Amino acid sequence: MGTHNYNLTEQFEFTGKAKTLSIIAIVVGIAAIGYGFSAESLHERTFANLLLMAYYFACVCMSGAFFLAVQFVAQAGWSASILRVPQAMAKALPVAVIILIVVMGLGLYTHNLYHHWHADGLTDPSSPNYDKLIDGKSAFLNVPFFMGRQVIFLGIYSIFALLLAKLSNNEDLEGGLNSYRKSFKYSCIFLVIYGFTTPIFAFDTVMSLEAHWFSTMFGWYNFAAMWVSSLATIAIILILLKKAGYMQWVNKSHLHNLGQFIFGFSIFWTYVWFAQFLLIYYANMPEETVYFYKRFEHYEFWFYLNLILNFLAPVLLLMDRDNKRQENILLTVSIIVLCGHWVDYYQMIMPGTVEEHHAFGFIEVGIAVGFVGLFTFTVLNGLSKKPLIAKNHPFLQESLNHHL
Amino acid sequence: MNNIKYILGSFGDPDEMMHGIEKLQENNIKIHDVYTPMPIHGIEAKLGVKRSRLDIAAFFFGITGTCTMLSFVFYAAVLDWPVNIGGKPHFALPDFIPITFELTILFCAFGLVGSYYASTHLFPGRAPRVMDLRATDDRFIIAVDAKQNTEHNKIDDLLKEAGALEVKHNERKYISYE
Repeated sequence: MGTHNYNLTEQFEFTGKAKTLSIIAIVVGIAAIGYGFSAESLHERTFANLLLMAYYFACVCMSGAFFLAVQFVAQAGWSASILRVPQAMAKALPVAVIILIVVMGLGLYTHNLYHHWHADGLTDPSSPNYDKLIDGKSAFLNVPFFMGRQVIFLGIYSIFALLLAKLSNNEDLEGGLNSYRKSFKYSCIFLVIYGFTTPIFAFDTVMSLEAHWFSTMFGWYNFAAMWVSSLATIAIILILLKKAGYMQWVNKSHLHNLGQFIFGFSIFWTYVWFAQFLLIYYANMPEETVYFYKRFEHYEFWFYLNLILNFLAPVLLLMDRDNKRQENILLTVSIIVLCGHWVDYYQMIMPGTVEEHHAFGFIEVGIAVGFVGLFTFTVLNGLSKKPLIAKNHPFLQESLNHHL
Repeated sequence: MNNIKYILGSFGDPDEMMHGIEKLQENNIKIHDVYTPMPIHGIEAKLGVKRSRLDIAAFFFGITGTCTMLSFVFYAAVLDWPVNIGGKPHFALPDFIPITFELTILFCAFGLVGSYYASTHLFPGRAPRVMDLRATDDRFIIAVDAKQNTEHNKIDDLLKEAGALEVKHNERKYISYE
């Protein structure tokens, strides 16, 4: 524990290769969307991919806000020096929210998404399309209430995300404990709201694509996915910044902590995934097994790939203590986990939209690349606005001297 | 020649004890071990203590549990008494994951408790190995092997200089065997 000479006013400059690459990625994404809308037969597939990536983008950003709130509520010291990264992710949430709501609204309007519960005559007993199950659920699954829930939930998450970022900004200017106390208070409120509403958000956005089927584990399954993918994103951003010469105060112990988080929550994800799977497999009731029947019939490769990428890879690669402390191994595992959760969302969303006509081509890759570019652009742009360290954070010294 | 086996420097303050470790190391006096009533940050690095291999042991205990349960389930549900349950295969792996998971943890936990007892000689009925009883209360103890390091007066002086409240010359290694 020597004395440190870190530059506490260091600021990230968003120029050069990172900026060029992210803009190229956005252009690729736009090209893929353009290609997807060039032919009528590709519309549904394009919408499904847009929903996938918009949902992924929003989830990673809102889990950035969740990460901030967890650190404040736990009064965690280790993370004080890296908080600007999740803050930048939280600040990108409004962009993600607007995209997600636009995609869902257009999908509903053009009947490309959620047509399982949103089509003419589904709730009209005299219509040939009448669906008793959907009619029973129509008090919850109707367009105004559905879109209202989305706007309210995502709006609340965005407000808290921006509030926590703003309080940290105030702390930089004013110092003192005032901002920290306020952050603690708002984080407590945010966590309660977040905990109760994210399962409903997942039910709405993804589970309602196959509206006959339901699973009470689904919300937590999605929560685990969004949380672990957000942790992996934080790890990737930190490691790449460190490699680019920024944030030299991030040491092996910080990476170790993040590695433990990724390791632990990958197992948590598997646990929840398996809890959902086992009950359905064991009970073997047709209305429940239909969900996995579709995935076994047409998505067998993706189904097993999901488990390999999200369970086996992180567990085997991050089990060892030394591996969690190695920048390159942690970076590799984080990228695997991020790809894994794309596969996870892919086999959640595709069977309910394009069913057996799924494909993996330019639309999938292009839209994914486009959103990665957009995410990189908004997050790095947000990161470059403020110094890379919250210099008046009360636990800053603990974080700079963090040692495991 | 005297019968002193161990020289114990008894400190009232962890910082002074760390200072004492530095002093001894500067004079190339090998420290046998250090006993403290609470964990002290960074002491392993200073003493050059090797990292615990408990995690590797834990992994193998866990794997043993996994293999034990899977083989038992295979024996019971396939070889010895196959029963048709809901038309599923006899060895329906998902059904047996929870119990396999439980046994992995159980074996791991028991194995670790066992290894801990074995490495610290703490089995039931055995007197614990304690060099200085106050190391479990309010004193920080540096123990130096008096047979290997023969300059006893120099060691005494170094420990006192560093702030030792008391320097003991023990004629037996563990005072708790009485």
